[in-house]
Amino acid sequence: MKQTISVLVENRAGVLNRITNLFSRRAFNIESLAVGTTDDPTISRITIIVDSGNSVVEQVEKQLNKLVDVIKVRTLDENSLIGRELVLIKVNATPKTRQDIMTICELMGARVADISPTSLTLELSDTPDRIEVFEDMLRPFSIKALARTGVIALQKGSGNI
Amino acid sequence: MTGAQALIQSLLCEQVDHIFGYAGATICPAVDALKEHPEIGYTLVRTEQNAGHMASGYARISGKVGVCMVTSGPGATNLITGIATAFMDSIPMVAITGQVPSHLLGRDIFQEVDITGAVAPFSKHSYLVKDANDIPRVVKESFHIAATGRPGPVLIDVPIDVQNQELKRFEYPETVNIRGYKPSVKGNELQIKRVIEAISNAKQPLICAGGGVWLAGAQAELLELAERCAIPVVKTMMGISLMPTDHPLNMGMIGAHGNACANKALVKSDLLIMVGARAADRAIINPAEIQRRMPMIHIDVDPAEIGKNMQAQIPLVGNVKVILRQMLDKDPPVADSAEWLDFLGDYRRAELNRQFPRREGYVFPGTVLRRLGRKLDEDAIVSVDVGQNQIFTCKYLPQKHGRLLTSGGLGTMGYALPAAIGAKVAAPDKQNIVVCGDGSFQMDMNELAAVRHAGMDIKIVLFRNRVLGLVNQIQRAAPYHGPFGVDLDGSPDFAAIAAAYGIPSLTADDEDSLDGVLDQFLAHEGSCLLICEVHPDVNTTD
Ligand SMILES: Cc1ncc(C[n+]2csc(CCOP(=O)(O)OP(=O)(O)O)c2C)c(N)n1
Repeated sequence: MKQTISVLVENRAGVLNRITNLFSRRAFNIESLAVGTTDDPTISRITIIVDSGNSVVEQVEKQLNKLVDVIKVRTLDENSLIGRELVLIKVNATPKTRQDIMTICELMGARVADISPTSLTLELSDTPDRIEVFEDMLRPFSIKALARTGVIALQKGSGNI
Repeated sequence: MTGAQALIQSLLCEQVDHIFGYAGATICPAVDALKEHPEIGYTLVRTEQNAGHMASGYARISGKVGVCMVTSGPGATNLITGIATAFMDSIPMVAITGQVPSHLLGRDIFQEVDITGAVAPFSKHSYLVKDANDIPRVVKESFHIAATGRPGPVLIDVPIDVQNQELKRFEYPETVNIRGYKPSVKGNELQIKRVIEAISNAKQPLICAGGGVWLAGAQAELLELAERCAIPVVKTMMGISLMPTDHPLNMGMIGAHGNACANKALVKSDLLIMVGARAADRAIINPAEIQRRMPMIHIDVDPAEIGKNMQAQIPLVGNVKVILRQMLDKDPPVADSAEWLDFLGDYRRAELNRQFPRREGYVFPGTVLRRLGRKLDEDAIVSVDVGQNQIFTCKYLPQKHGRLLTSGGLGTMGYALPAAIGAKVAAPDKQNIVVCGDGSFQMDMNELAAVRHAGMDIKIVLFRNRVLGLVNQIQRAAPYHGPFGVDLDGSPDFAAIAAAYGIPSLTADDEDSLDGVLDQFLAHEGSCLLICEVHPDVNTTD
């Protein structure tokens, strides 16, 4: 099961290493990881997505809490979070295919970030599911490069992690 | 004031009175600053790993944070095993390492290693100091983190230029405030009520006590709870010396290499109260099975231990001493355990009176330890190494009111002698005994130099079986095909080695004259080596 762990940490060197260590030593894979500062520049938020059972996630959550540089940890379930990811996709685009690609973009709410005679670079910020749909739709046009940021998430409502 | 001086001044503010160390170029400024402070004792180890073990022995006996200090690169990597050993046994320790100049970090210059990165998985926390003005705060935080909550080693890596940097001014902070570090102290009152209720309903309750009881200094509370509620006690290896062997509620050590009586108690009990013990694989062989049979109460300062190896019906997170006191204040009921105690008592007596095998020309470790233990001081400190010698000692050495120090979590050979030296520094007047095998001793016997230099009185019992005994024992059983690579051929004449350090030795190879030899050994003024001839085929189950 996919789970989203949101971690508030001290914005310091070495912190990310300690956190990823906890996953790698248990031999489980991080599906996505996004780091950035919060409104408080001394605090960063790390959003981690893992695919594993509840007991494993519970243990990791406890181990994360033990790290001195970790301020707060919360595992968010699908229904209680707003998760977004940004994707940049560069596709082959000739004058003949350009319009079809633009139609897909409009339907998905994506934007054109860059254009060249032979390509289009598109950006979309959305849920991971919809990003996958977008990617599938573009595949027939031949994707030349793709980059995803990993999901960032906040709790729904007024809760603040 | 320089960073180096600020470092030493900060250690003084933490009441540090001894450092175990090994100098090298990048730690020279700190060593130089230390020279000005004879009130801090210094032991020069013979390899850095042992600085960690000595600091560990010192910490366990003094109840203070142990401090070691080594140079960068190879000094730091040599210390790694010492740090990992301390981490696995939750020993409060501050390790200080020198580091190459900060502007050269990451260029693989001479004697540079990423030591904070290397120890991340087995240190409680670490700092790489980039500005000398941070030193007082970093030291204050390090000692606080090392000693509170679940204790553990903290590493401070100090580049040489930071040691040489002038501070604006030195001010030692009075308090720490780390927003991500707030260990729980008090147990939840509601949970404590549930525990009391569970005890009153139990017929065959059992306390399983571990090293966490020592770390919290909760020996008296543990004993009081057991006695007032009439609950028998088993211990893990780390908790072995919590109760005297002859205490009627003491049922011995659990685990793969433990006492039969303790393991029997564990499977038969109807309520298990784990106190400062983590139910690791060596202690509880089949947690799932035990779990199926009985409810468990888990009292531990580390919330991550709860549910890690076994699920607890009633988790109680906080300082073990505080929680036990909270329980005692609730006037816990006397358990209806008379039959249960009778049943276990029979097992226990049979085990304590167990006959050991005899062999001409040899002594049996169990026999030596049983007789030695009776002769030791009430509060003797025994440090034991790893291997058969450890198992025999934990199983059969009679405990009084002293301490047994061993590397329980990591099982690090070569722990005993340096740990004993650290213990001696902390408690110079207590009887101090080492038990080791001829393999382990060859990993740490270079530290006889520290013993000799300080004129210490440490009595070393060496079980010479001429093999890596425990591995030999494992290899002689399925699925292996007999011993290989365990013969200690080429070992030195241990009496000559000891003599080279000015330490006399005795030999025990006959059980009839053993008592006399033991008396002579213990009566000797100063350090002494007792070489016990043990047959290589001896098994810990004999
Ligand atoms: C540093 C280290 N290396 C290897 C081992 C694996 N090991 C465990 S017990 C043992 C044999 C110990 O031999 P010895 O010290 O002679 O003690 P004995 O078992 O004979 O009492 C070994 C090699 C270990 N625990 N620690």
